[in-house]
Amino acid sequence: MTAQLIPDRPTAVRRQDRAPRYAAAFLYDEPGPLAKRRHLIGSIVSCVVFAIVVGLGLWQFASHGQLDAEKWVPFTDPAVWQYLFVGLLGTLEATVVVAVLGAALGVVLAFGRMSHRPWVRGLSGAYIEIARTVPVLLVIYLMLFGLPQIGINVPTLWKLAIPLIIANSAVFAEIIRAGVLSLPRGQREAALSLGMRSTQATRLVVLPQAVRNVTPSLVTQLVSLMKDTSLGFIVAFTELLYRGQVLATYLHLLIPTYLVVTLIYLVVNGSLSALAAHLQQRLHRTGSPMPRLPRLPALSGAARKAS
Amino acid sequence: MNPLIDNLGLVLEALGTTLMMAVVAGVGSILLGVLVTVARVSPIRALRVAAFGYVQFFINVPLLALLLLAVFALPDAGLMLPLTPTAIIVLIVYEAAYVAEAVRSGVNTVAVGQLEASRALGLTLAQSLRLVVLPQALRAVVQPIGNVMIALAMNTALAAAVGVVELTAAVNKINLVAAQPILIFSSAGVIYMGIALVIGLAAGRVERKVAIVR
Repeated sequence: MTAQLIPDRPTAVRRQDRAPRYAAAFLYDEPGPLAKRRHLIGSIVSCVVFAIVVGLGLWQFASHGQLDAEKWVPFTDPAVWQYLFVGLLGTLEATVVVAVLGAALGVVLAFGRMSHRPWVRGLSGAYIEIARTVPVLLVIYLMLFGLPQIGINVPTLWKLAIPLIIANSAVFAEIIRAGVLSLPRGQREAALSLGMRSTQATRLVVLPQAVRNVTPSLVTQLVSLMKDTSLGFIVAFTELLYRGQVLATYLHLLIPTYLVVTLIYLVVNGSLSALAAHLQQRLHRTGSPMPRLPRLPALSGAARKAS
Repeated sequence: MNPLIDNLGLVLEALGTTLMMAVVAGVGSILLGVLVTVARVSPIRALRVAAFGYVQFFINVPLLALLLLAVFALPDAGLMLPLTPTAIIVLIVYEAAYVAEAVRSGVNTVAVGQLEASRALGLTLAQSLRLVVLPQALRAVVQPIGNVMIALAMNTALAAAVGVVELTAAVNKINLVAAQPILIFSSAGVIYMGIALVIGLAAGRVERKVAIVR
């Protein structure tokens, strides 16, 4: 059992669970008949409230004709989905480019910030701090208007990718640095005492372990990065949101199109987030140095009764 | 001469809009985020699942898509507010998910013994949340919430894409006339860095003030 009070995802308490991972159970006793009735009333009230909110929303949509069949018919046409799919490919392309280059630059910056040369340390630190506190949109505008003025013109993909790489490399650097700092010092010292050179110790011993420790954060950052590629909308790069906007204008169907685009983002990013949660759980299960908590008397009693 | 100084009035007004959006959305998202976290520990399963769904939805959907949906699409369904309040509401509900994740990590740092002790003393669930869990959880996450607030201040720039005249939109407008993009956008970048610096320093100060000495 982990000591998390709020688990990453809600888990059901099954009666046959010997050690329920229902961690919020630390907060309250086994519900008696009275508490059970109160919880039931609470559940019913909250479900009714949700139903009313959703119902009001649907009623509002319906009264303005947004739920009419003809508004949604275009989305049964494969051509529309193909059009959006090309946009999704653009989104994924930008994501991969930014992730690979941003992570590579991030590793360099992370070790730069931990370098023993003061000027390397200062320079990397200054870059990270600046890149993390300037809006990406501003850098995009700078690319859009500034570069042509000094005679450089880059393809549309790079107008989006370069600002995102600038911003995300700084975040990747901080995540990787946190991973390196979380390793015991002895790892590096042991590698050095085995006769490895400093770069070998970093490459073969420190980095693999550090990256493994922060994999969930890296995947989370990947999700945030993929969301940021929606800024391609501003540089007219063919990605999902841009295609969605073009489609919405073409079909004159704003609400259905934007809802569908939002849903696609939700599905793709949601699977990535689920992957991050899964990795986190596996990390907890296998690699955690934390001692296992003794089972709470109240819970183990309940478990014994149930089994 | 820096064109931003020539248009000082416009820049200051736009900076005011940016700061107003950041402050209102910041306070709103912290309140909403704490409420969502409370829903995630409630004994009622429907509330827990709804809060989880809320956080997952807003963490996985781009802010720009939500802004476009709220500003351009929802008026079709008769849901229309003035531009700036719409952008602020979208920022609140979006960043509240991140605040909720930060507060959740804070709640997870509260020792289980604290809860057992509060239960042993006979505090009700609401009491132990209000008097024992949240005070400790919030103290532990001052710095992470500060980071969310910095991200929020940066994200107000996205409102420029839907037509709110805040700092980024204003300097873009000035640039269209003055055509000195590198100077203008770098100066605006310095202003944003200043905002982030102030939030970061304030978070550090608050953290030192409320930190629990163990």
